[in-house]
Amino acid sequence: MSSPLLEVRHLSVHFPLRSGLLQRQTGVVKALDNVSLTVEKGSTLGLVGESGSGKTTLGRVIVRLVNPTSGSVHYAGQELTSLHGSELRPFRKKIQMVFQDPYNSLNPRLRIGTILAEPLEIHFPSISTADRTERVAELLQLVGLDPTFARRFPHEFSGGQRQRIGIARALAVEPEFIICDEPVSALDVSVQAQIVNLLMDLQEKLNLTYLFIAHDLAVVEHVSDQIAVLEHGKLVEEGSSEQITTHPSHPYTQRLLASIPSLD
Amino acid sequence: MVADILRSLLRRPAGLISATLLVLLYGMALFAPFLSPTTPSAQNLDRTYHPPTALVWQDGHLSVQLYQLVDPSTAAYQPLPERSVPLRWFSEGPSYKLFGLFPAHRHLFTVPDSHPIYLLGSDATGRDVFTRLLYGAGISLSIGLIGVFLTSLLGLTIGGLAGYLGGWPDSLAMRLTEFLMAVPGLYLLLALRAALSSRFPSDATFLLIVVILSALGWAGTARVVRGLVLSLRERPFILAANIIGQRPWTILFRHLLPNTFSYLIVAATLSVPGYILGEAALSFLGLGIQEPASSWGLMLGQAQDIKIFMLNFWWLLTPGAAIILTVIAFNLLGDALRDAVDPRFRLPGK
Repeated sequence: MSSPLLEVRHLSVHFPLRSGLLQRQTGVVKALDNVSLTVEKGSTLGLVGESGSGKTTLGRVIVRLVNPTSGSVHYAGQELTSLHGSELRPFRKKIQMVFQDPYNSLNPRLRIGTILAEPLEIHFPSISTADRTERVAELLQLVGLDPTFARRFPHEFSGGQRQRIGIARALAVEPEFIICDEPVSALDVSVQAQIVNLLMDLQEKLNLTYLFIAHDLAVVEHVSDQIAVLEHGKLVEEGSSEQITTHPSHPYTQRLLASIPSLD
Repeated sequence: MVADILRSLLRRPAGLISATLLVLLYGMALFAPFLSPTTPSAQNLDRTYHPPTALVWQDGHLSVQLYQLVDPSTAAYQPLPERSVPLRWFSEGPSYKLFGLFPAHRHLFTVPDSHPIYLLGSDATGRDVFTRLLYGAGISLSIGLIGVFLTSLLGLTIGGLAGYLGGWPDSLAMRLTEFLMAVPGLYLLLALRAALSSRFPSDATFLLIVVILSALGWAGTARVVRGLVLSLRERPFILAANIIGQRPWTILFRHLLPNTFSYLIVAATLSVPGYILGEAALSFLGLGIQEPASSWGLMLGQAQDIKIFMLNFWWLLTPGAAIILTVIAFNLLGDALRDAVDPRFRLPGK
């Protein structure tokens, strides 16, 4: 494999705890504590951990929704955490995100066509309206939806369909890297499998790199090449998917594995 | 979008009824000079507290019954048997300017000058209540619309920015709204009226009242819009808009504010009655619209004479009925609009 596409070095995110009349800082929550990770181009890094372990925060630091306390994020050699405003724009086109909650990730007032056209307007301002409409139809087909859905509103769709629309929005800018922030945990099991398979098909077709965040080790094992395990903001174990699931070395990983329900 | 909402609104019975009623009311206000047989300030001191005149069918014409005054002390009138004057349709009468622009002198109907027509009776100086009601509608109804427009604009801008920017602009805006809300409304109303009246010429009282009512009204709207924006700001679709690189102002105007519209439209229609009643209250206290102009509140204010209650001159209370009708119509409309605006409540079918 070539040099890593994404490299996270010694990343820490601390949130101050304030209390009392003067709002003095009385403590600190270490959402992420000295985390280092690398993701190779074209591969999938699965990130697991229980609620509150800092998985989502890590994803949000990479897309710069949260600012880190210390450490750095390098994408294709470029440092991201020091960029501001318009300097970030090229990376907005390369790094996208799929959200956990499909019921809140689409603006309820906009038609699907408008939602999907928005990233196109920003990153491909020169294309004509007709081309944009055509591209929206392509995107819908790409995620297995009917192109006529562009005229409908989000509330007319099921959770699985909405998640497909969310994926289509992420794909609209033709990104290289997608952060999937628990993309299936709000869906029921049969739909989960469809979405996971869709993501894997798309990875193959479009040569995407994923950071796949989930609390369910079974799903992560299925999609990931590498797996990283977070506990209370600390990286406790990292390794290939096979290694983690067959020979977990850290007791926390062993407990996570044991918690997967099985039929035996 | 607007056409969608309108269609969806008119398909609901409550929406259709209230919209029709309001179109009628506003139409009457707009065409008041044409619809009324006389002018709002034409007095007839021999015909004070005249009861509503009956319309009769005589010799193939719709005619107005004539009355004679039998007891000046109690303003008792008696119809004169077999005596009536035919209405003249589309005839010439006192000249006026339609919409304040086009000089005209045609009226829907008039009667010859020497005979009075009082469809809703006359007041203490023999002026036609029907005519004054129509002219007053213009002021009472437009105060609601202009006031709500100003309040919503102020509330949306200040509340939206406070919620979106956070930090010190938010604190500043919220302390200001708290101040406005903490001062008892009626005192503030009276204080503003006193403080501002020297800055407005007396014929701009109308404008003054709108300004006073809007200055008091925006605080509530701003607070709710701020709260809505605060909660919307953390929703994933706003995060998604950030991640695709949308500009902050576009996020505010395309994603945040439109999601407050269903609240705002309903709040706006539901607060129109507040302005109509506010104007009525001010005019009732003698601080609002001044004679010789007319407004519903002013007419009610003039109807508080004990004589009117003792002698049952009920027609002088018709402005009250008009206010009730308008307020109910706006409440119904607000209710129907809330459902029409929200895509989730769209009725099935295209």
